[in-house]
Amino acid sequence: MDKLMADLKVQIIAQLNLQELTPADIGNDDPLFMEGLGLDSIDALELIVLLQQHYGLKLSSPEEGPKVFRSVRTMAEYITTHQVATA
Amino acid sequence: MTPPTRIIAHCRISQGVVYQNGEALFRSEETDLAGFLLSVYRHLGLSYPKFYKMDRLSKLGWLAAEVLLVAAGFQPGTYPAETLGVVLTNASASLDTDLAYLESSKAQPSPALFVYTLPNIVVGEICIRNGFKGENAFFVFERFDAGFLQGYVGELIENGLLRACLCGWVELLDERAEAVLFFVEKKQTGPESRFTVENLTKIYQHG
Repeated sequence: MDKLMADLKVQIIAQLNLQELTPADIGNDDPLFMEGLGLDSIDALELIVLLQQHYGLKLSSPEEGPKVFRSVRTMAEYITTHQVATA
Repeated sequence: MTPPTRIIAHCRISQGVVYQNGEALFRSEETDLAGFLLSVYRHLGLSYPKFYKMDRLSKLGWLAAEVLLVAAGFQPGTYPAETLGVVLTNASASLDTDLAYLESSKAQPSPALFVYTLPNIVVGEICIRNGFKGENAFFVFERFDAGFLQGYVGELIENGLLRACLCGWVELLDERAEAVLFFVEKKQTGPESRFTVENLTKIYQHG
């Protein structure tokens, strides 16, 4: 899980062009939206693209978004659960 | 007597050089356009994370606006936000980004790129940064048209819709980029040039 979260931080920075951040600036449980990294709705779409490109996962319903993209840890949990489920 | 509209400041970014009121402010050694725009951002000492997400046209216009408004001594709150306008023009609209989006869509379309596939997004980026909420527009012409700019912006100021306006030319396609911006407002006296077709043309051609 730690390796996955470390990978995700690098991928998020690259996908969202967060060039002033380093992976160390993103806590595992920091909120990604609003008061955390301050991501917006377009960034949410890019995170969906990230899941598809890097992990072959598609969100099964839009309602899942806020829960899955709450933090790096929740993204990693979603990936772990669903990759096992589809393996 | 009504004060004349004057060109309070002007700025040019082209061929690797940033000019502020005709004086070279920064020369970059970067050979590619993306690297050049980033070098300007860093030289200006700015901290605005959204910059990195912008397309190249927005970066060019946004950076030129930063340089211009410093030269103009612009202070937020001087005029009501609803009386501050932005009117920009260019020849290639958002074609540079349109092509980049088309290329990205062959693999996985990028939502972040898609939102920049309109030329007037650069106007929005400038307005958001500086709190301008007045009339704004983006027009596409084959080349810089001083007559149109003076007529359109002059009318907005003369009829009281705007108190000041950031206007000009922001063109970018492939590795060619040229931004020439003017900040204009009414001013009774001062050394600044009057907002005329002749002066706009002279500044556009000679900086």
